[in-house]
Amino acid sequence: MGMTITEKILAAHADKDFVQPGDNIWVNTDVLMTHDVCGPGTFAIFKKQFGENAKVWDRDKVVIIPDHFIFTKDAHANRNIDILRQFVKEQSLPHYFDVGSDNYKGVCHLALAQEGFNRPGEVLFGTDSHTSTSGAFGMFATGIGNTDAAFILGTGKLWVKVPESMCFEFVGTFPEHVMAKDVILTVIGDIGVDGAAYRAMEWRGDAVMKLSMEERMTLCNMAIEAGGKNGIIVADDVTTDYVRQRTDAPYKIYHSDDDAKYFFKKTYDASEMEPVVAKPHSPDNKAKVSECQDVKLDRAYIGSCTGGKITDFIAAARLLKGKRVKIDTFIVPATREVEQDLYKEKMGGETLMDIFKNAGAYLGDPSCAACLGGPKDTFGRAADNQVVISTTNRNFPGRMGSKQAHVYLASPYTAAASALTGHITNPAEFLDN
Amino acid sequence: MNKVIEGAAYVLGNDIDTDQIIPAEHLVYSLSDPEERKHYGEFALSGVPADRAGLPEGNIPFTESGRSESKYSIIVGGKNFGCGSSREHAPACMEIAGVRAVIAESYARIFYRNSVDGGFFIPFECAARLVEEIKTGDDLMIDLNANTVTNRSRKKTYDLKSLGEVIEIIEAGNIFEYARKMGMMPSASDGPQ
Ligand code: SF4
Repeated sequence: MGMTITEKILAAHADKDFVQPGDNIWVNTDVLMTHDVCGPGTFAIFKKQFGENAKVWDRDKVVIIPDHFIFTKDAHANRNIDILRQFVKEQSLPHYFDVGSDNYKGVCHLALAQEGFNRPGEVLFGTDSHTSTSGAFGMFATGIGNTDAAFILGTGKLWVKVPESMCFEFVGTFPEHVMAKDVILTVIGDIGVDGAAYRAMEWRGDAVMKLSMEERMTLCNMAIEAGGKNGIIVADDVTTDYVRQRTDAPYKIYHSDDDAKYFFKKTYDASEMEPVVAKPHSPDNKAKVSECQDVKLDRAYIGSCTGGKITDFIAAARLLKGKRVKIDTFIVPATREVEQDLYKEKMGGETLMDIFKNAGAYLGDPSCAACLGGPKDTFGRAADNQVVISTTNRNFPGRMGSKQAHVYLASPYTAAASALTGHITNPAEFLDN
Repeated sequence: MNKVIEGAAYVLGNDIDTDQIIPAEHLVYSLSDPEERKHYGEFALSGVPADRAGLPEGNIPFTESGRSESKYSIIVGGKNFGCGSSREHAPACMEIAGVRAVIAESYARIFYRNSVDGGFFIPFECAARLVEEIKTGDDLMIDLNANTVTNRSRKKTYDLKSLGEVIEIIEAGNIFEYARKMGMMPSASDGPQ
């Protein structure tokens, strides 16, 4: 019987020829990533279980990326960064991207990709649920908690139940005003927030393979919002071009067999996709943008690992260029590299940075910022009963700050179009003329 | 492992996510500091919208303000319990508040793993939906041998699903103790300290 790409990667990392869904196996880890929120807890458990002076299993495979509560006066949050520094020093870890240094990166999932830690065929665990993002590189990547991360730090291994796979195929070409965010919100709306629970979400089809790495990352990023264990897209030339610009490390490309077994398969006609939003307070509360035009907004937020990549800002800039926003609009590049690109990337002679400034948007430092609310002084944090349109990935009550706020999840195109009008707006209105 | 878990029920609905279990702004406290970790008990489940906190009536705070322990030790939930982020502060805060077991229709996988591997409490799945059957404050008794939960306030017994293979980790205490039993890690006595 054939295997899916997810099954093949897991089998290879468990030194097995064959695995099937439901098997509990111990897999070897290629990369373990942690950040400022979960690193300190992970290190404390590691020390308690393996000893104060224990060394991590492989220094070169540990990546530590502070990104969540970064630019705050909150003393506890800053103490967490000190704990990261201390651990990095004790263990002489080479892959640490400190806040306030030239080496600072920003949001971990994009930083992993940009720094060459995403490589086809590998197994990556991260103490963050959106670790699934890295599956866009044809690798197995999933989120874990502090205990599991501490276990990996000591042993390099973790038990995994091999997931069943679900296949989402998109054929044809997506309309110009439809982004990967619309695609993933559509799928989550179709299958529900637990529709892929414990399963792998495999993306396929020529429409998907025409997407940039950034857009592919958006698809895999939100697998977790459908309960998925991982998202995955087979590596192709687009993938290897991206990887080779950033690392010389070896990689291995796996393909799903033709006779691999899927729990679920669905083929979508890409050309029929439309811009959608997820209404409050759940990522599966899908509605077509055209049905929500009367929703008045207080602010727009464009940022996060889902919607703060350079392609997201190029999309937003296309609409904001030469116009003024009607509502408070927050722009938060996910990483330093994205921020630098905002200064470099030009549209009609104007940099993206200038386009946003001239449009009247506020610009934040690269980090998670208000994607997860954060301490009270966090940039862009939702207050009171504000109605927010956001390119982030979760709109649970209180996720972006205030429990009373109403968050609509949308693509960067839709968020930018809505920023210009003050109500939820179909970007097609701006792109077609 | 105790073969019986008794306690008062606290009932919640579907899709209780980790931001409701522990809002992100509180994640700054240390889980290893004995004093600071108490805050987690204090804020456990504090993000659940008031009208859905403690069903069916709602508006029942899980912990009384200023206290870090709850009088409820068994959570009854609906589908997809613990969805959202991977933060282990979620099961940890529940344990700190005194939760010994959760009985839900289904779980989000990271939360489930964290509960088992960290040994915070036992995540049971129920064969039938209990959210409408049990009221916050009901006196429950979970029998691990029989795999049942009895609502002693209403004299009704329900089947729980088998814990399956994870029972071995639960019985060991957590993933580390399990690995020691399996010889994957040195035992605590001949450990590296
Ligand atoms: S940007 Fe948001 S979703 Fe992404 S890692 Fe940061 S907090 Fe998590």
